[in-house]
Amino acid sequence: MKNPLLLLGAASLALSVAAHAETLRFATDASYPPFSKQGADGKMTGFDPDIAQALCQAMKATCEVVPQDFDGIIPALQARKFDAVIASMNITPERQKAVDFSDKYYNMASRLVGKSGTQVNDAWFKDKKIGVLRSSIQEKYARDHFTKLGAKLVPYGKAPESFLDLKAGRVDAAFVDAAVGDVDFVKTPNGKGFALVGPDYNDPKYFGIGAGIAVRKSDKALLARLNTALKQIRADGSYDKIQKKYFSFDIYGK
Amino acid sequence: MIDVNLIIEKLPAFFGGTDGAPILSTSEGLQLTLELLFWSLLAGLALSIPLSLMRVSRNKVLSTAVWLYTYVFRGTPLLVQLFIIYYGLSQFDWVRDSWAWQYLREAYACAILAFTLNTAAYTTEIIAGQIRNTNHGEIEAAKAMGMSKWLMMRRIVVPSALRRALPAYSNEVVMMMQSTSVAGLVTLADVTGVARRVFSDTYMPFEPFLTAAGIYLVMTFGFVWLFKKAEGRWLAYLAPRKH
Repeated sequence: MKNPLLLLGAASLALSVAAHAETLRFATDASYPPFSKQGADGKMTGFDPDIAQALCQAMKATCEVVPQDFDGIIPALQARKFDAVIASMNITPERQKAVDFSDKYYNMASRLVGKSGTQVNDAWFKDKKIGVLRSSIQEKYARDHFTKLGAKLVPYGKAPESFLDLKAGRVDAAFVDAAVGDVDFVKTPNGKGFALVGPDYNDPKYFGIGAGIAVRKSDKALLARLNTALKQIRADGSYDKIQKKYFSFDIYGK
Repeated sequence: MIDVNLIIEKLPAFFGGTDGAPILSTSEGLQLTLELLFWSLLAGLALSIPLSLMRVSRNKVLSTAVWLYTYVFRGTPLLVQLFIIYYGLSQFDWVRDSWAWQYLREAYACAILAFTLNTAAYTTEIIAGQIRNTNHGEIEAAKAMGMSKWLMMRRIVVPSALRRALPAYSNEVVMMMQSTSVAGLVTLADVTGVARRVFSDTYMPFEPFLTAAGIYLVMTFGFVWLFKKAEGRWLAYLAPRKH
């Protein structure tokens, strides 16, 4: 190249491409233990961030996991605040209108958390207050089913807030992913006297086919890389290792 | 870029309408914001008049106690106060076993309590400042009429201070109206709460928050206009001479 300007341009282009390929930003829910939790040092820990790191190892990329409140997570993805969302987000047709999803990385039912011994049937819901996460699939399901039975929904920004109010008696039950209710509340000292109650809720029309990693619709290349990496960590045992760290049962599902 | 149809479609939600139900069928949105504002301003003003008298009192214990209260509530964010009252108090068994729990278990009452304590702190300082600013002539005239201290307070000082507090108090009302937007963070569906819900349902940030901003703006205009009228009525004697 004779033109020094051109050379400079090419060099900077190469640099920016290299820098771009190096760091991938994953967003996870700021507080959704055991799937995600912000440590004292500000770093995200939990099942979702661990899977993100494993995927990045498989993709040979450097990753950064950042926290974000769940109810603003899709708009923030579209605003390019990060490149992918690994936030226990279930794959649903409505969300697929806004973003693309990887293959599922786990699939688990939703359950009600309430006082131990609560007998849940249709009549029970009358005049009951049910805590849900704003814009979660549980909220959509509850709005279509529980409110028809006379229940009132109370929306929260974070799961632990709904557990606090459940313990305080402000709501009669919280409607969350089974593992979250179990590990983050029922099995903790705070959750004494509470249990997972009622049936498994897993109607695929609402709860989809499991949780996936969301990327912008324009990021087809990243999506393909994520799916390949997902197959790889399932095959080489790193997925199982992370799963064993947090759960005593298989959450990948069928 | 901005989807006008979405704004129009979701507008009823800000005025208490839900899917299929007409507006004002629930108290969500504007009505809740106005309710929270009205009750907290009313209770806050009622509290602040005696508190401001204590604040200017010669009794050191009284004035220091009120100073401490206004210092704490003006020196901490309203959101933090609301979280302490809503999430903090509910952690104590004795609070949950007390008579107050039937109120404190409702987010609505917690929000009004937090807003009241907050606005009362600011209003106390506004009124106390105006009491200190009372014109010497007015006080001398009252004394010359042989009024006792309390009669003078009731007939001269407090009414005069309240009038002169109007411009500063109108700011406080507008600030308070905007502050009610934190109610959405303790599960209430005020104007901002509705905007957040529409936002998380549609993944569209601009439309719902612009709608909410518009509603707050109109309310601000309304309050400013009302206070202008009130100042014209009660502060006319301080206005520059027109003839």
